Amino acid sequence: MRAPTIQKRTEQRGGVGESVQRPDGVPKTKGEFAYSSDLWAENMLWGATTRSPHPRARIVSIDTREALATPRVRTVLTHEDVPGRKSYGMEVPDQPVLAWDDVRYQGEAVALVAADHPEAARRAAGRVKIEYEVLEPLVDPETALADGAPALHPSGNVIRHIRIRHGDQEASAEVVVKGDYQVGMQDQAFLGPESGLAIPDGEGGIDLYVSTQWLHIDLDQLAASLDLPPSKVRITLAGVGGAFGAREDLSIQIHCCLLALETGRPVKMMYGREESFFGHVHRHPARLHYEHGAMRDGRLVYVKARIVLDGGAYASSSTAVCANAACFSCGPYNVPNATIDAYAVYTDNPPCGAMRGFGAVQTCFAYESQMDRLAKALDIDPVELRRLNAMDTGATMITGQEVEGPAPVAELLKRVRNAPLPPDGDAMDIRTLPGGVSNTTHGEGVKRGVGYALGFKNIGYSEGFDDFSTARVRLSVVAGEPQVEVHSAASEVGQGVVTVQMQIARTELGVQQVVVLPADTSIGSSGSSSASRQTWMTGGAVKNACEAVRARLLQRAAQRLGKRHGKLTLDGANIVSAGSGSVASISDIVGDDPIEETKEYHHRKTFPLDPRTGQGNAHVAFAFAAHRAVVDVDLDLGLVRVVEMATAQDVGKALNPQAVEGQIEGGIAQGLGLALMEEIQISQGRILNPSFTDYLIPTILDMPPVRADVLELGDPHAPYGLKGVGEPPTISSTPAIVAALRDATGRPLTRVPVRPDDIVGLDGQSG
Amino acid sequence: MAGPANEVDGLGRCQGGKGLEFLQPTSLTEALELKAAHPGAVPLAGGTDLMVDLNFDRLRPEAMLDLTRIDELKQWWPHDDLIRLGAGVSYTRLVSEIGEYLPGLAIASRTIGSPQIRNRATVGGNLGTSSPAGDALPPLLAAGAEIEVASAGSSRRMPFRDFMIGPKKNALAPEELIVAVHIPKARGPQQFSKIGTRNAMVISVASFALAIDAGTRAISCAIGSAGPVILEAPEADEFIESSLEESGAWDARSRIDNSVLQRFGELVAQGARPITDVRGTKAYRQHALAVIAARTLTWAWDDYMASA
Amino acid sequence: MRRVSLTVNAVEHEAMVEPRQLLVYFLREQLGLTGTNVGCDTSTCGACTILLNGKSVKSCTVLAVQAEGTEVTTIEALAQDGDLHPLQQAFHETHALQCGYCTPGMIMAALDLITNNEDMDEDEIRTGLEGNLCRCTGYHNIVKAIQQASSEMRSFATK
Repeated sequence: MRAPTIQKRTEQRGGVGESVQRPDGVPKTKGEFAYSSDLWAENMLWGATTRSPHPRARIVSIDTREALATPRVRTVLTHEDVPGRKSYGMEVPDQPVLAWDDVRYQGEAVALVAADHPEAARRAAGRVKIEYEVLEPLVDPETALADGAPALHPSGNVIRHIRIRHGDQEASAEVVVKGDYQVGMQDQAFLGPESGLAIPDGEGGIDLYVSTQWLHIDLDQLAASLDLPPSKVRITLAGVGGAFGAREDLSIQIHCCLLALETGRPVKMMYGREESFFGHVHRHPARLHYEHGAMRDGRLVYVKARIVLDGGAYASSSTAVCANAACFSCGPYNVPNATIDAYAVYTDNPPCGAMRGFGAVQTCFAYESQMDRLAKALDIDPVELRRLNAMDTGATMITGQEVEGPAPVAELLKRVRNAPLPPDGDAMDIRTLPGGVSNTTHGEGVKRGVGYALGFKNIGYSEGFDDFSTARVRLSVVAGEPQVEVHSAASEVGQGVVTVQMQIARTELGVQQVVVLPADTSIGSSGSSSASRQTWMTGGAVKNACEAVRARLLQRAAQRLGKRHGKLTLDGANIVSAGSGSVASISDIVGDDPIEETKEYHHRKTFPLDPRTGQGNAHVAFAFAAHRAVVDVDLDLGLVRVVEMATAQDVGKALNPQAVEGQIEGGIAQGLGLALMEEIQISQGRILNPSFTDYLIPTILDMPPVRADVLELGDPHAPYGLKGVGEPPTISSTPAIVAALRDATGRPLTRVPVRPDDIVGLDGQSG
Repeated sequence: MAGPANEVDGLGRCQGGKGLEFLQPTSLTEALELKAAHPGAVPLAGGTDLMVDLNFDRLRPEAMLDLTRIDELKQWWPHDDLIRLGAGVSYTRLVSEIGEYLPGLAIASRTIGSPQIRNRATVGGNLGTSSPAGDALPPLLAAGAEIEVASAGSSRRMPFRDFMIGPKKNALAPEELIVAVHIPKARGPQQFSKIGTRNAMVISVASFALAIDAGTRAISCAIGSAGPVILEAPEADEFIESSLEESGAWDARSRIDNSVLQRFGELVAQGARPITDVRGTKAYRQHALAVIAARTLTWAWDDYMASA
Repeated sequence: MRRVSLTVNAVEHEAMVEPRQLLVYFLREQLGLTGTNVGCDTSTCGACTILLNGKSVKSCTVLAVQAEGTEVTTIEALAQDGDLHPLQQAFHETHALQCGYCTPGMIMAALDLITNNEDMDEDEIRTGLEGNLCRCTGYHNIVKAIQQASSEMRSFATK
């Protein structure tokens, strides 16, 4: 099953498959790495945003006079000052750059200020007088879906409906379980809030330095709204303090450029944590109704599901999230018959879009909860029920697509099942108990639980999107030594794509010295650092460009050396022939005439889903993971300590094993957060907890050790056989933890994050 | 900690205001004189709460009075059967230095914030903010602490229950500063427990402190984060005291019946006046208080039994 | 405006500051020491952790004017003559960072911790870092890094 990956060559230090240390590790540990918030320019102004306090209102008037009269203020802008397209959006341009008639969520941007000082800008932003006609917000997605609901957008309230009809719609089962599940609104909570610096070039163009996930989609939207040709807009990636999906949509980008172009001066914008909660999209909250039918022996017969995702005020990536929720709604199981309806709906809640796991997270919680419920109904061990129904290579998805690559679902499950269990807790050490030093238990009420879950997801973009990445590779000789320069627009968001590009260049060209240039828009798009795709796509582009450079190098060598050596190959930094061994070094052949190639990488073609049946080969590849959670629960207080997470994941090929483990551990931490504590709480469209005081993310005392078992079953379609790594850890970790809680408590726990109330049974959950 | 009236916009940000005067006395006398001259000056201790308000521009005081340079406030010493705890002693020091005398406060101090916060934050700050979620406050109430406040030329002491009068409201006059807390040395086991929805760095959903006075055979409880102020639970106190008396448990050092523990928990829960907010529901707060009341009583009583 | 004089990373500074300016913004904007990051504005995340007179504090809970006469140590002071501090080296080697935004604060908190505690077990290390949030790593390698640095610093001290 192991696919051939790398051509056999002399071992290259720092190449593919090694735990190469990240080049930004040194500046990051020294405090020298320049995050977007660290940028500074001579004569720089500070921008600030006036936001709507109302989730739904009609703008009656906007009066900027008082704001403009504030000392040190240079300009105040409204929608009238947007020269080009007045709205933006990655898939549907429905979000106003600055609101003009309606505001549709609390925190929507209405006006902008630039001033000499950040505090002056913030104050003046508060002095923009906006008269609103306040309207009742439409906050319930089911209400928004219902006939007769007021339309929040001209297109209506349904952003997308995915309808999957697979197999026999009348299939009947011997055992049926039904359940209703809910997922709260999670925030990506990256640690470095949105920021950037825009510098006008004095000739009508602009340079923007910003933390983002996809430079070129920013460029497209910027150029449209600024009414500039794309060549006049140049974007360079600034240091990114985490992303996790929240930097796919625009935040400060257009605003900062508008202010800079208006004032003719560099403008910096930087959100605080509170504004960050209003300034980016969140994970879609979901309500999911499921019905699973099975035979008495445990084989699944059908799954029926109705999935409603609250898209909030604007579309963002809701259309793709909705498709993912539908396509992966039945889990990595053989489900012969499926009836799925997934809806993404407009409301007056905060807009929702991309977050790690992207639609697969919400449904995984529901279908894995259902699998446990079914196991109980059948009186079968939940692991055995999963094994019995596990997908393997050649399985057919509910979209009719055949799973072509490795799909070692049963193997992953077996591995986490067989991993040794952690020892019992030490009741004498309260630090290890639920509540910790808060001193809530000395062992009383504490019960251990164990739970399992499986998850899967697509890698890369789906539904016919021609996704690609571009890389330029230049081989030259510097101070007598060969050097490779790699340039792409791939966003390093912390995941390690810079390291991976270096590793690939070393492996492909045998050159030790590799420099990765800053990502910017002077080269073609690399697509987004999302969908677990960037190592695959940009890795593929760098590999392609390296291969093209290598071919030219060998061609040049053959020309120089004549035909006497026969076929030449590259071994390390040497050019060798079968007969003569090493015949020249790279430096000999390159000399002072560098070799440069720019190549794209496109993944294999995908196809749209049939709008009537949801059938189609929509996805490039799939990634699978299994999780086992061991928890200690205080049954009386509803407090939890996760003792250990064990996981097995097929990564195809670990290009950098240490970075792979880092993705797995970090991804699990976010899944743990969703299971136990992370929720943006909303009441009548208003966020109740826009701070790290009350939006809780796991601390070092909440996150347990991880036992990770990494499988490398190469994917035949991917460069080096690699698969994306980033998202699977976040998908099935959440339901595994909740399954462990159910094991300990016996309660249904149908909503995440699980609240202490649910564990102690104060909520009267019907189940 | 009331500042001047501020205009706050829809996102909670403050508008207007003028420059800020910064006062940095090095002695208590100087501090009290400055406070008399600037009654609107906001006292500044560890800054945990205050800086957030400044940061968000919610607070624009005319002056700030930095108390962190006053050595007199950073001292603590035993006198008679009390500890006089300067308002400016950090929680880090409380954790390491006073456990012997004030175990309840030491346990509570350990639950506050994080090491960085405990290095700066003080009991005086918790008192000044007077938040019902101030973790140091329930142990003070349970232990019968008195708050010493002073103004230029005078000082007074008042029981904690008279000091804190509402959420973020206390009996401090504009010209007064919190100088010290006088806390009876523990005359029996003390306990503290705090409920939070993560295992570190969390604002309490509910908290509970309990102090046993083995000499007078009294038990006092205090409830945090479940009412407008830190609450006493006199009915629970009376119930457990009389139960122990009647059963002869004080002398026999015998276990407390589960039914008694449960009833004690119920009375504590009934004594609470919680609301539902972003951190927890009213029902959960009541439920959790009953549980931690019974548990802390068990732990404290185990210590009492072992102390024979 | 008010005059403040303090020692930052062994260099004496005198500056005029707004009384309401937080120490973290003084360090970042007036001294250009942008290694200390701001992540939350509510004294929670720990990204702005520095040492003030040798003790770890969150520099968003201190006003610049309060730092008068103090010794401030920031992440920029740790590497000596181009050599990484053992903590920096360990964070780098063990992949204890991804986006790295929490790293300077994490290292400064760890520095206070390992300076004052010998032979910490994993629980002690975790407890000591409860005030620093990381969103990328799941903390696993951060614990490893501190274990590694701690043992290196001990063996260095006994040499």
